[in-house]
Amino acid sequence: MSSVLSLNKTRSRWLTFGLLALGLALLPFLVDAGLGRSWVRLLDLALLYVILALGLNIVVGYAGLLDLGYVAFYALGAYVYAWLSSPHFGLHLPFWAVLPLGAALAALFGVLLGAPTLRLRGDYLAIVTLGFGEIIRIFLNNLNAPVNITNGPQGINLIDPVRLGSFDLSQSHALFGYTFTGIHLTYYLFLLFTLMVIFISMRLEDSRIGRAWVAIREDEIAAAATGINTRNLKLLAFAMGATFGGLAGGLFASFQGFISPESFNLMESIMILCMIVLGGMGHIPGVIFGAVVLTLLPEALRYTGDWQRNLFGQIYIDPADLRMLLFGVALVAVMLYRPAGLLPSTRRRREFADAQG
Amino acid sequence: MSALLAINRLSVAYGGIHAVRELSLEVAPGEMVCLIGANGAGKTTTLKAVSGLLPPHGGSVHFDGQSITRLPAHEVARRGLTLVPEGRGVFPRMSVAENLMMGAYARRDRAEIARDLDQVHALLPRLTERRAQLAGLLSGGEQQMLALGRAMMARPRLLLLDEPSMGLAPLMVQAVFDIIRRIAAGGVAVLLIEQNAHLALKTCARGYVLENGTVTLSGPAAELSANPAVRQAYLGD
Repeated sequence: MSSVLSLNKTRSRWLTFGLLALGLALLPFLVDAGLGRSWVRLLDLALLYVILALGLNIVVGYAGLLDLGYVAFYALGAYVYAWLSSPHFGLHLPFWAVLPLGAALAALFGVLLGAPTLRLRGDYLAIVTLGFGEIIRIFLNNLNAPVNITNGPQGINLIDPVRLGSFDLSQSHALFGYTFTGIHLTYYLFLLFTLMVIFISMRLEDSRIGRAWVAIREDEIAAAATGINTRNLKLLAFAMGATFGGLAGGLFASFQGFISPESFNLMESIMILCMIVLGGMGHIPGVIFGAVVLTLLPEALRYTGDWQRNLFGQIYIDPADLRMLLFGVALVAVMLYRPAGLLPSTRRRREFADAQG
Repeated sequence: MSALLAINRLSVAYGGIHAVRELSLEVAPGEMVCLIGANGAGKTTTLKAVSGLLPPHGGSVHFDGQSITRLPAHEVARRGLTLVPEGRGVFPRMSVAENLMMGAYARRDRAEIARDLDQVHALLPRLTERRAQLAGLLSGGEQQMLALGRAMMARPRLLLLDEPSMGLAPLMVQAVFDIIRRIAAGGVAVLLIEQNAHLALKTCARGYVLENGTVTLSGPAAELSANPAVRQAYLGD
């Protein structure tokens, strides 16, 4: 009896899994047909933000270390890719060599940021990490003299797309009788990396390391008293988060073909933090949902001009102004009505419910 | 008699201010020892230095014959010297059961951990009923019990207790100290730090009196209780 039940359960799980996989595989085509090509591009970007948000989630959500300079790791990953794979230095290394290098350099900087801030928590850590993020950005902005390393505010152009042999991901390809454009193919590549990051996050959450991070977040002294090496585990959280940030940065550089310090400002860090808080801190589905919503919502709100024209016959408020206003209102509303996030973990939902009751 | 814990001329400073000066103290295996003193005498600082949370300025700490003087906190904990931090350092947003299992974090002997868990539940039946509850929602006394239970899950040889009576109702204090006595009866040595000198001296076999960071008096608890200076300063006579 129970074996039949469990068989049914496994079968329904495989069914869900299969449908999900099919949905994700068809998604770019559905979006392309329904909303247009530019939305497929946004889908690619949304996947990048999922990677970023899951990376920051390790630092903030699991280990409880408030990091406001996370975008610095994203920037490092992107610049490593640009340096090693563009005409800027005349290097054109393949992506499978460059991406891990960018992630590794980001991880190293994660440890460099973590080491001096081990004793800091909460607001104090937030201020130091914020400063770190700005330092990296300002360096990138100014390292064009005396030796031109970053090309300053002009940024680096003509970055190589992901290329495997003669297969160039930025071109259209005819496969199995269908034409895949560059942004479609990029979607699948990003999806692959996103799934990898989700998998690693899930395994970490259930591991000894994950439990130790939660303990550190809850009470660092008590964590040390139970035999947890708080120093190494905090550094590991910084390094893991930074690795994902660096990976996303490399993918971003290859996708855009152009990067400049402008793309890596404080607002980006705050956006990624918002994705986590809004989606449900420490909860993987919540973080993914938050990242997708916060990438797509501001874009969807660009259409407020069309809506106004349809409703009133003319545009009263410039959509560019209205967009960020509505976005802000949406953020406030979510925090008021769903303070634990849109998709909180059961643990967090309980905490907030208990705190009120 | 060789000491389980031997603190020799320990000094701890915050910046230029010496909070603990040349403090020496011993705890024998299975012994219950208390360190009493007024607020700010350096009691918590001493415990933090012993457990590796603060680097000592001078002196040495030996546990079971080996120096643990500058060992980081997690290494100290793994040697069987478990701190129960001040203000019941439980993990508030973990359940009672998760808190207890965190106590065994450094251990890998699953069967033994399961046995210790049964023993902790036998010792603390109040927590068994609340296994699934978040630790932060327990009463103060229950949190203190949980902190003790979590410490026992590490299978310690020496418990360092930092003000277990702090902020508890008198009945709860009695219940917590009953548990501490039962733990000690099981062979675990205890170094107890208390402001409640009366209770501490009643519970422990020996005591040390700490003033301005140094030990001014020490001896069997009964002797200290009878000492006029102690009676006047700490027992309210």
